[in-house]
Amino acid sequence: MKEMKVDAIRNGTVIDHIPAGKAWEVAEILKIHQAPLLVGVNLISRKYGRKDLIKIEDHELSSREASSIALIAPQASISIIREYEITQKVPVTIPDEITALIVCPNPACVTNAEPVPTRFTTGGATTENEVRVRCVYCEKRYRMTDVKLRLQP
Amino acid sequence: MKNLISMRDLTREETLRILELAQEIEGGKTRPDLSGRLAALLFYEPSTRTHFSFDTAMKRLGGQTLSMSGSGSTSVQKGESLADTLKTISMYSDLIVIRSPVEGAARYAAEVVDIPIINAGDGANQHPTQALLDLYSIRKTQGTLEGLSVALVGDLKFGRTAHSLVQALAGFRPTFTFVSPEHLVMPQYILEDLDAAGVTYHHQTTLDGVTPGLDVMYVTRIQRERFADPEEYEQVKDSYVIDREILSDAKPTLRVMHPLPRVKEVSTEVDGTEHAYYFQQARNGVPIRQALLALLLGAAS
Repeated sequence: MKEMKVDAIRNGTVIDHIPAGKAWEVAEILKIHQAPLLVGVNLISRKYGRKDLIKIEDHELSSREASSIALIAPQASISIIREYEITQKVPVTIPDEITALIVCPNPACVTNAEPVPTRFTTGGATTENEVRVRCVYCEKRYRMTDVKLRLQP
Repeated sequence: MKNLISMRDLTREETLRILELAQEIEGGKTRPDLSGRLAALLFYEPSTRTHFSFDTAMKRLGGQTLSMSGSGSTSVQKGESLADTLKTISMYSDLIVIRSPVEGAARYAAEVVDIPIINAGDGANQHPTQALLDLYSIRKTQGTLEGLSVALVGDLKFGRTAHSLVQALAGFRPTFTFVSPEHLVMPQYILEDLDAAGVTYHHQTTLDGVTPGLDVMYVTRIQRERFADPEEYEQVKDSYVIDREILSDAKPTLRVMHPLPRVKEVSTEVDGTEHAYYFQQARNGVPIRQALLALLLGAAS
């Protein structure tokens, strides 16, 4: 295929159709710094115009990791590669609740005042291309694109 | 029901049960016994009406209260975390009523302690006992909550009571008219919730034509500090004043409500009319809070 400008991997995972510019965030969220990553940024996509792509060598994404990716890139597709072949597609499903990952942007929220892990629910106004989250505590609703992630544990 | 944190947690049935019980208590049909029970009233932010009406509600049912107002004189000043303060107070009392400028403080409190928590206002987020007393007032004056025509007037962007009331009424097929200046309109997320619930609403910037056919006019205060330009405030503040003239084509059953304190948005000339209901509304806070205290302390079901 013409778009394969990075080397094919033998074993691992390919995350395709990441919104352009989001590859680093996706890589961070997975905390897979140990595994070799091949990152493609601003690739041409017939479907979305521009996209990012990540290949991870020798690491197969769990469904839990896949659901974290869903928050940033709900339209991403995830394929598990074995011996250069796609053996499995991992469904990208948005989790119902996200704990201790999102920083609540509301300065008056209790999670910014007390030592309490944030909890956000999804659903409601979430659409195919945009995830919306609501803080369980202050009940404010945000677009996933408008929040920061707490990447260090 | 273990706590009262947000109107979003209450089912329609739970809401109606609270209103029923409040009516039974106010009518003298039932009197839950809270003797020997102690409620801690933690007000990290001053609030005359809410604080006093919880105090009254508890004492009139035979219970007692511990009170804290402001944060200056307590362990908060010594740097104690909210969690530690709450855990300690839960060792002395049977229930905690908490008012805090921190949004989500009541939800957090309910996770930290084992005794029931009532949210008496958490910043700009929720004030569920106010929403319930507003519902109670509406049902008492209109005989029903179903299918009413309700106008909300004033600061609809920051007005917590307006948000809670709209959410609380949404399940009862209301028609809403939102009257506010352009930059103080009902927030988008509330409108999305109303759309999802299939509620009919429209927005207007003046009071023109709002009164005919209306059942409830709910007025809130427009605060000076919401305006970047003081001149704009001066222009706007007098255009949302409810007076006798605006009410001249009202149905006799229309009631004007206001969470109080009012400044000038409801003219005192309305006080003597059949439409004025804001002081009775404030009184309704007592039976509602009695009902909630009784339910959460297991003295009623």
